[in-house]
Amino acid sequence: MSSATEAVLAVEHLSMRFGGLVAVDDLSFVARRGDITALIGPNGAGKTTVFNCITGFYKPSAGLIRLEHPDGRAFLLERLLNFRVAKVARVARTFQNIRLFSGMTVLENLVVAQHNALMLASAFTFAGLFGLKSYRTAENAALDKARYWLDRTGLLPRADDAAGGLAYGEQRRLEIARAMCTDPVLLCLDEPAAGLNARESAELNALLKFIRREHATSILLIEHDMSVVMEISDHIVVLDYGVKIADGTPEAIRNDPKVIAAYLGVEDAEVEKVEAEVGL
Amino acid sequence: MSETETPVPNATATSTRALPLLPALKDATLSGFVAFGLFFFMIGLRTEQGPSGALEITTRFETFAILVAVVFAGSFLRTLVFGRGPILLGRAVPSTLARVFVGASRFAAPALLLFALLVPVLFYQNRYLLDLGILVLTYVMLGWGLNIVVGLAGLLDLGYVAFYAVGAYTYALLATHFHLSFWICLPLAGIFAALWGVLLGFPVLRLRGDYLAIVTLAFGEIIRLVLLNWQSLTGGPNGISSIPRPSFFGLPFADAEGSFASTFGLEYSPTHRVVFLFYLILALALVTNWVTIRLRRLPIGRAWEAMREDEIACRSLGINTTTTKLTAFAIGAMFGGFAGSFFATRQGFISPESFSFGESALVLAIVVLGGMGSQLGVAIAALVMLGGFELFREFQLYRMLVFGFAMVLIMIWRPRGLVSTREPSLRLADRKEPP
Repeated sequence: MSSATEAVLAVEHLSMRFGGLVAVDDLSFVARRGDITALIGPNGAGKTTVFNCITGFYKPSAGLIRLEHPDGRAFLLERLLNFRVAKVARVARTFQNIRLFSGMTVLENLVVAQHNALMLASAFTFAGLFGLKSYRTAENAALDKARYWLDRTGLLPRADDAAGGLAYGEQRRLEIARAMCTDPVLLCLDEPAAGLNARESAELNALLKFIRREHATSILLIEHDMSVVMEISDHIVVLDYGVKIADGTPEAIRNDPKVIAAYLGVEDAEVEKVEAEVGL
Repeated sequence: MSETETPVPNATATSTRALPLLPALKDATLSGFVAFGLFFFMIGLRTEQGPSGALEITTRFETFAILVAVVFAGSFLRTLVFGRGPILLGRAVPSTLARVFVGASRFAAPALLLFALLVPVLFYQNRYLLDLGILVLTYVMLGWGLNIVVGLAGLLDLGYVAFYAVGAYTYALLATHFHLSFWICLPLAGIFAALWGVLLGFPVLRLRGDYLAIVTLAFGEIIRLVLLNWQSLTGGPNGISSIPRPSFFGLPFADAEGSFASTFGLEYSPTHRVVFLFYLILALALVTNWVTIRLRRLPIGRAWEAMREDEIACRSLGINTTTTKLTAFAIGAMFGGFAGSFFATRQGFISPESFSFGESALVLAIVVLGGMGSQLGVAIAALVMLGGFELFREFQLYRMLVFGFAMVLIMIWRPRGLVSTREPSLRLADRKEPP
């Protein structure tokens, strides 16, 4: 689907060990700019660990994670301090178990996401304290951006309500809107469709397609919902027990015998063969 | 608690039902048993030193019987009037009264401010009330300062009094050794306290909740013990005395030529200084309030609140939680330092005794009772607590009893503090649509 072929994210020989447990073992893959890349695999395959390495929450035991901006600047994410991955390299993420600022309003959640830009505009609080015009302009710009994303996610009527009071699907959408408010180069979504019904999943697909179409943001997502993965992904990477077992377009993955065996289940004939061997 | 006098709001509804006599009797018997078990040893028996020096047991069975009877009757009436469920505020207070309260609360802040401004005019002759006002305002300021750390940033700080002490000693030492004026010492004391806030902040960056509370508690004690033992600098337990009193921008409050009174052609009165101190602490407290309100609407304040809600999400959005935490500690400590230097100049004498853990606990209680993050709530809580302390001064023995009872009641009825609603820092509804 995408015309660009350059890599936005290149993961090379990434390994993550927790004591004796190897969660991710020598993983290499490339996410192309403007693509939606899906990372799938059975539970415990190490997908979230990969995410945590990319977004700076874990320091990988080995390997390189290289992120390239459209202007050609490149960042080695494994060397950045965790908050700088978001601030400097502009990688945004959402969480498997939603992490909103639930006591604050929906709008405030989106304004907090623009903290670094506003901090600069307020001259690290000093100009803002006395309400200088430059800060007010920046604040209005931040509000406009928040309004844009609220409109996109259908949350505009709930703008002044507490984020914790939103319905589950709305909270998921708000988390994506909040991540988009940081103007990310790469957006990492950890199971965005978890707990959504069919209609909400379709809305999510539309939102992600819109982000790909209208914004210079590449998307990396972990997902179990195959209706989401197969419909919107340009590229799929399959993990099993921390090892990459397949990598390719949705069609290729759908027909890959290894993936079918490890993730979607083995074929009936094969089951019968195994059952015969163990004597069932 | 005056349960007997409390009117039953839905009297018509209850009168149609049969009175729950049997359950009430059951509850009362149970409570009576518990009271019997507790009070028998605590009140019924008492050991006293006899003439020979040996301990003798005396009995106080009348008092014991009266108390058990009171508990029995109280429990009986409680179940009879309120039923067995929790005593809801809505049932204890008539709804019309509650509505009046809600309506009045909108005017509470301006009314309180106006009252505070008028206190020296209204009570000019009453030195005691003016001193009490100064004390209350000092705690209002401390409460507002701690509110930044605890209420906004969500960092439980049990050693806030350390910064109060740093401010007080900074002012005292600078003023007595270098003879600097109050207006130079005040910002210096604030800056110095802020530095100590950062110093405390560094080791506790990774800590949260209970662990943070323990370390800050220790920090408060360390400061106090250093002040107590560094004899050569702080005078140890003797403290620092004859700290210069504040002047009216260079004009001293004295019965002499060139003083405040003579310059303005007034007859000298020691009350002038008290009134000046009152307005000084009022101004300092209002500055604290103004800065806090402004900061809440700025990115830094929103980052504090976001950090209170979810630190990991903050980091995922590129917020530097280290500097965010340190600024919260520093700014909270700075206002503590300001309050401390005011305290030093008002008292004229400071010693480590004034900076015990009890002070930290009192300020924290003010913030928690007032409602974390609420400026108005903290002010009301400071007024009620310190005013309450003074009100019950004559009943010194029962003061803590009443105080503790009031705390329990507030925590049952308003577990999130007196003012528990959070005002959003900005609303979309208030902003115009872009053209």
